Amino acid sequence: MARLTINGKTLEVNVNPSTPLLWAIREQVGLTGTKYGCGIAQCGACTVHLDGAAVRSCVLPVAAAEGKKITTIEGLANGAALNKVQKAWLDHEVPQCGYCQSGMIMAVAALLKEKPKPTDADIDARITNICRCGTFQQVREAIHAAAKA
Amino acid sequence: MITRTPKLNRRSFVIGSAAAGAGLALGLKIPFGASVVRAQDGSPEVNAWVVIRPDDTVVIRIARSEMGQGTLTGLAQMVAEELECDWSKVKTEYPTPGQSVKRKRAWGDFSTGGSRGIRDSHQYVREGGATARIMLIQAAANAWNVPASECSASNSVITHKPSGRKTTYGKVAEAAAKLTQPEKPTLKDPTEWKLIGKSVKRLDTIDKLTGKQVYGFDLKLPGMLNASIKDCPVFGGKVKSYEAAKVTGMPGVRHVVKVGDSAVAVVADTWWQAKTALDALPIVWDEGENAKVSSASIAAMLKEGLDADQAFVANQNGDVKAAIAGAAKKIEAVYAYPFQNHAPMEPMNATAKYTPDRCEVWVPTQNGEAAFAATLAASGLPADKCEVYKINLGGGFGRRGAFHDYVTQAVLIAKQMPGTPVKLLWTREEDMQHGRYHPVMQCKLVGAFDAGNNLTGLHMRLSGQSILTAVRPEALQQGKDPLVFQGLNPGGDFAFGYSVPNLLIDHAMRNTHVPPGFWRGVNINQNAIFLECFMDEMAHAAGQDPLEFRRKLMSKHPKHLAVLNAVADRAGWGKPAPRGVYRGLAHMHSFASYVAACAEISVKDGDKVKIHRIVAATDCGYAVNPAQIERQIAGSFVYGLSGLFMEECTVKDGYIEQTNFNTYDSMRIAQMPKVESIIMASGGFWGGVGEPTICVAAPAVLNAFFAATGKRIRTFPLKNHGITLV
Repeated sequence: MARLTINGKTLEVNVNPSTPLLWAIREQVGLTGTKYGCGIAQCGACTVHLDGAAVRSCVLPVAAAEGKKITTIEGLANGAALNKVQKAWLDHEVPQCGYCQSGMIMAVAALLKEKPKPTDADIDARITNICRCGTFQQVREAIHAAAKA
Repeated sequence: MITRTPKLNRRSFVIGSAAAGAGLALGLKIPFGASVVRAQDGSPEVNAWVVIRPDDTVVIRIARSEMGQGTLTGLAQMVAEELECDWSKVKTEYPTPGQSVKRKRAWGDFSTGGSRGIRDSHQYVREGGATARIMLIQAAANAWNVPASECSASNSVITHKPSGRKTTYGKVAEAAAKLTQPEKPTLKDPTEWKLIGKSVKRLDTIDKLTGKQVYGFDLKLPGMLNASIKDCPVFGGKVKSYEAAKVTGMPGVRHVVKVGDSAVAVVADTWWQAKTALDALPIVWDEGENAKVSSASIAAMLKEGLDADQAFVANQNGDVKAAIAGAAKKIEAVYAYPFQNHAPMEPMNATAKYTPDRCEVWVPTQNGEAAFAATLAASGLPADKCEVYKINLGGGFGRRGAFHDYVTQAVLIAKQMPGTPVKLLWTREEDMQHGRYHPVMQCKLVGAFDAGNNLTGLHMRLSGQSILTAVRPEALQQGKDPLVFQGLNPGGDFAFGYSVPNLLIDHAMRNTHVPPGFWRGVNINQNAIFLECFMDEMAHAAGQDPLEFRRKLMSKHPKHLAVLNAVADRAGWGKPAPRGVYRGLAHMHSFASYVAACAEISVKDGDKVKIHRIVAATDCGYAVNPAQIERQIAGSFVYGLSGLFMEECTVKDGYIEQTNFNTYDSMRIAQMPKVESIIMASGGFWGGVGEPTICVAAPAVLNAFFAATGKRIRTFPLKNHGITLV
């Protein structure tokens, strides 16, 4: 059993404490916006926020997330009002297949919290998610747009 | 959108006028190519492309699969253009393959590959829209008792011009559906298009931003169990034994089952439990003869083919042997291209539910009909007892089109627990080691020159795998695989862009046990590198500018030349580049589009490559949605350049050594060049978009690398030479 606070709600999840947070979120909590891509923290598709910081949940045991504030892509918007990153993503039509974009958006939202006006170098250093469709040109444009919003 | 939840899909899939309240399908007569017309000879009225609800919502049916490339939006634009409907009220949905079979293939081909989504179906989807418009106008005219010729439609509103009366599509749709279908409608002239050619927003973005979009991986069905699978790491090998008792007591485990003769799956309450138990399951494999194969043994086999006597000829004129023998100067080079995995972000998966009376499959697929065929074969049930529901794809790139091994597996697992839905998810490791790989190919090129440094002969000998031999042997032409020669053919959709006095392009087929597949761009990836890098080599050997050298050979290939000139002009070829920046060119005819690139790079310490900019041009004939075409161009470069710099699947003891993104890398945003697209749609033909441009990025960068360093790299990926993309 683990006690998790996800998107403002506290839940008891019945899993082995070594289970990766990703799979507890997807299978016990039932929020599937957070994606599996590699299972070894390489691709970033599983990115969520832990107390506001971006983490790759596929290698983080549930036990390490207990007592912390977890935010997933489903919790990023404020009700129906999109987060400024989501809004910029919509305006710039960033997603292609979209599978990596939950993680990409979460990584960017955390970056903007820390660096509200990131430079291209900041983006290069901090956004390391894999996108096989190759949306990077739009990702960069949308990050700068979100920073101005 | 039918992609969100399959349960809703089925409910919302209404056909015919019986669908009171939910909407109304308009019957459209859809012409097909000869083979398909024969298949549906004598068919009843078809309700296919357009559904209009009473509230004026227009639901356009899309047979091709959306996997990020934008075909869903582009195809909807094509129908809506002729339908004259209100674009803001357009929704889309996928018909199912089972419905297609019942309705004698009303929606034509479901296959979404080969950049064919729009270029193969533009005629019949536009006719679908046009026919619907004619029927809707006729229905209004009938109600008003006026000639249809006095009425017109725009933005889903029908107007009787003399009286000024108006009505909407939603109000007359039911009456329209009862009308006899008009004969082949006249389509708009391209100069009249209002929606085709416009960068309207994609129809499928919002749910991809909030986590709502359901991919195959995310599917949930009542009572569903989850499966994790391991197939024999050596292709062609089998399961010898496994000790189920070691894991049956582990948390959540329900079943340990053999899948076919080569795989074992654990089925559990959750996927993580299934995967954990599978990792703990002792399995002994019978790897068979293929365990003796390695990358080195495959390379040796291909090398032998470079000089073999027997080869399949695709393009030949003059006497190349005489030209080479009599040359004042000749140059020779050998290139090699590796196996590569598609590695879409969403690994392979499928969900199946089987009973002796019905088998249903939910799957992200590029070809619903092929998934349906796999379902029939694996379940042993007839077509009227099977159905496939297409789920949104987390990338495809060719892995999810011709191959449905994961569907077969899911059905074979579900058959062993009738009535229980089972979701099979592959790990990334399973995906990496059980791909359908970009074929391996080597190429020996010999160029001959006369004393005036004019090119007199070119022999291009390919040696390597044939995809069609493995996948579609019936498509071979007396043993020859025509697909091997993409970009090198005398004509067609992949035409060679040069005139060489003595030319021979041939292929020594050398197959191995590693299964080949259609990887975005397919064989044009390596052919573009071989040809366009060697063109550069020959230009330098002749002491000529690479652009001028090419131009002299291209006077009979004006469309090739136009895109090449466009990138050269935009990039400023011939004018000084910024200090430390070097340029390279490439062009090809690819999936019926003419494409070219000029890359600008700098190289630090001899091996750290920064790509500053790639100017890319495509003449795709008609450009349906330029904003999405730009995204496809830039995205294709990410895929192609990841392949060039980072990606290789090596074979050891018969299995693929790479298991995940730590050994099979992919470009990140820091490595992304600025891509400037020139969309120069010259009209008169329909070229592809998703794949064509991928092939020119790599040779343009390689030629720029030579300009910067004086080094020719001829084997890939570049990481094997210590060259990195920064």
